[in-house]
Amino acid sequence: MNPAARTAGLPPSVAANPRLGAWLRVLPAGVVEVRPGKVELGQGVLTALSQVAAEELDVGVARVRMIPAATGVSPDEGYTAGSLSVQHSGSAIRLVCAEARGCYLGVAAARLGVPESKLTVSDGQILAPDGRSTSYWELADDALLDRTASGEYPPKSASAYHIVGTSVPRLDLPDKLTGRPRFVPDLSPDGLCYGRIVRPPSRGATLTALDTRATLALPGVLTVVRDGSFLGVVAEREELAVRAADRLRAGTAWERHPTLPDPGGLPAYLRSAPAETTVLAECGTRPDREQIAMSVEATYHRPYLAHASIGPSSATALFGGREEGQADGREGSRLQVWSHTQGIYLLRAELARALGLADDDVTVTHVEGPGCYGHNGADDAAMDAALLAMAVPGRPVQVVWSRADELAWAPFGTAAVVRVAADVDAAGNVLSWHHEIWGNGHSTRPGSTRSVALLANSHRVGGEEIEAAAEPPMAHGGGAGRNSVPDYDFPACQAVNHRLLDMPLRTSALRSLGAFLNVFAAESFMDELALAAGRDPVEYRLGWLSDPRARAVIESAAARSGWDNWSPAESAGHGIGFARYKNTSAYCAVVAEVEAVSEVRVRRLTIAVDAGLVINPDGAANQVEGGAVQATSWALKEQVRFDRYGVTGDTWETYPILRFSEVPVVDVELLPGNGNPALGVGETAQGPTAAAIGNAVCDALGVRVRALPFTEENILAAMPD
Amino acid sequence: MTNDGRTLSPTAVLVNGHRREVRTEQDTALLYVLRNHLGLKATRFGCGLGLCGACMVLVDGRAVYSCDTPLWSVLDNEITTVEGLGTADRPHPVTEALIAEQAAQCGYCMSGVTIAAVELLRRSADPSDAEVRAALDRNLCRCGAHNRIVRAVLAAAAQLRAGQGDAT
Repeated sequence: MNPAARTAGLPPSVAANPRLGAWLRVLPAGVVEVRPGKVELGQGVLTALSQVAAEELDVGVARVRMIPAATGVSPDEGYTAGSLSVQHSGSAIRLVCAEARGCYLGVAAARLGVPESKLTVSDGQILAPDGRSTSYWELADDALLDRTASGEYPPKSASAYHIVGTSVPRLDLPDKLTGRPRFVPDLSPDGLCYGRIVRPPSRGATLTALDTRATLALPGVLTVVRDGSFLGVVAEREELAVRAADRLRAGTAWERHPTLPDPGGLPAYLRSAPAETTVLAECGTRPDREQIAMSVEATYHRPYLAHASIGPSSATALFGGREEGQADGREGSRLQVWSHTQGIYLLRAELARALGLADDDVTVTHVEGPGCYGHNGADDAAMDAALLAMAVPGRPVQVVWSRADELAWAPFGTAAVVRVAADVDAAGNVLSWHHEIWGNGHSTRPGSTRSVALLANSHRVGGEEIEAAAEPPMAHGGGAGRNSVPDYDFPACQAVNHRLLDMPLRTSALRSLGAFLNVFAAESFMDELALAAGRDPVEYRLGWLSDPRARAVIESAAARSGWDNWSPAESAGHGIGFARYKNTSAYCAVVAEVEAVSEVRVRRLTIAVDAGLVINPDGAANQVEGGAVQATSWALKEQVRFDRYGVTGDTWETYPILRFSEVPVVDVELLPGNGNPALGVGETAQGPTAAAIGNAVCDALGVRVRALPFTEENILAAMPD
Repeated sequence: MTNDGRTLSPTAVLVNGHRREVRTEQDTALLYVLRNHLGLKATRFGCGLGLCGACMVLVDGRAVYSCDTPLWSVLDNEITTVEGLGTADRPHPVTEALIAEQAAQCGYCMSGVTIAAVELLRRSADPSDAEVRAALDRNLCRCGAHNRIVRAVLAAAAQLRAGQGDAT
């Protein structure tokens, strides 16, 4: 049998990594080590996955030890992204652990002389009906799991779950809340030295002159690294590296050009820049002309958004020198990297490609970082650290980005324009729906671009600019096109994307990708249609939804928020937003209540989510709530400020985010899974939250604000003259 | 030229009840003294400008940004970091309440938040929800754990008032 045939029908992560022993080990000490290829991004995924493993193995969660992903030893599960970890890694671990349990039961059955079917497992103890027993720990043997997954051991049915579906506390929070070292910049290997990068003063600037004398004269500075316009410094102590970087910057001269569009004309730029136009989806047939009572359209805009994690990107790298368990004469060319990347294998391949190393000569180990909401600067920082480490072989180098670089140089969520148009009949019913997008793509992750997708590489001699982001296929959820296809049963629809071919500011995946603007636009437009038809926005939406799960989240959020009992008040409004994330993932409806005068304040968000089987209800609620608060911040405050040369919004004063006193009450309800499979929840609230706030602002002020964020400036601009 | 600090004369600081000696320049940010010279990694770098609160520590009981506090300015003061707030067996009531509420996602901002909350509860035994939020407004959280954090701080306050914990 060929390998492909053997792995057919297995979950994709298992098919790609079929050896059971790659996923887990049973240790005689009463511990199960589980090695997912997915990584902890601050979302609690390792806790959820430990529950899946414990459930299938019939051991207590406390016995499961989750091993951080590292190249060479962990299964390759690509990126931890797209709210797919529970679907991908969860289904893999479920199957592998069920099969591992079966292997151990087989051995136990032979030893105890009882059929496997008569054995039960309780916290790793394997019990025979006559009272005799053995255990995983007694039988622990790596050779037992040194085999390929067959898929012949069915996992438990959901009705048998007693660990999955419970709110097991996060495994990592006790460490993180007592301040134990846990994050990338907390690593302190022997001989650690510190690197800082001096980025160009503007986009596309080239370094024309460099005087390193003052920098190198600073005691404790180990070296300055220059490669084209890439510039960095390594010092014995962190405070010295910070001072040295300031001195180094003072010794530079740059040639600067204006490369960015006029920020005041950003929507116009997006609609006129060279683009590749694709019809993403079409359904039904356009109505006959005589049916159409009216054709309406509206145009919406979002600015660039920053990831703006509280900790900047960082990495540690070591080139050559010490490495455990390796002595084959190639130590001198080995690179080890510790990174908060979302994809250890993809980062490894990109580093190897950029640095002219073999994949096998690079190891990438995942270490937790500050909150990750998409493709941030983690991979770039790994490249920075690698370039500096190669200049001081044998010394580990830690790079931490400055706050200014984090806000100015990490990839952004792209700015975009969406135009929604509809033909409606005399009763205000939609006959056809058209959704058109202009903007950059949403992925320049390593592995997705022809040129090397690492910031530092684009500044090196011969380095190419990172090419404009591509558009993943709609079958994978799309990028710009994500949620551009309505969830409503309209007779006809069309979605069109104009992907920009130039990328003035680097854009990549930020939580929910295009869905944030697409859902904001579509759900704002739904309200515009409902209001024009004199219909209630909730009732109008339900009229277009036959999917009972979609109806249930809307009905539930509306009921919980007291939608029908709303008493209108001066400057107060409520509004609803709904979407099924990616059209295939979790269902989410949000009701927002706002106060709006010149400034918008969100008082309350009432959220209903159907994510099918929920592995950890408190963890899922935390993710939904966090997503909604972040989306509130995006919707009320956030926009990357820039001029023709570069990003000017590079401090918390110029890129403000929501503060404690501005955070709304958030009420999250997870609807029963009803036997449906698990769907990710990390991104589902982004679009519906923005839409609900926008609709509530319109309810409060009578003004339809179609440009995000809802700042005083944008509200005033939306007011009729 | 090498300079790992060994040639500098030692400076004494009082951190978490212990007098410690460090060798660095007097204008070095307290943050780096704590993290690298004393190995106290709870205190975290966020912005370096005193704008996000990730680096907050208590200086004589007052929550300050350690990233823009020079070493020379705290030589006569008592510095407390999250490591000094409780023990593994007996965590500080604020820490306990944060864990009980699962009041974090990534956790990166949480040391600073904890410090700000401890400072608040030392001067105000029974704060309102709005007072907790106002006290934490200098601390940024990006994951959206705000409401859980506020609930935890209120729970810790109640616990302390009931005499089941020690605010120090």
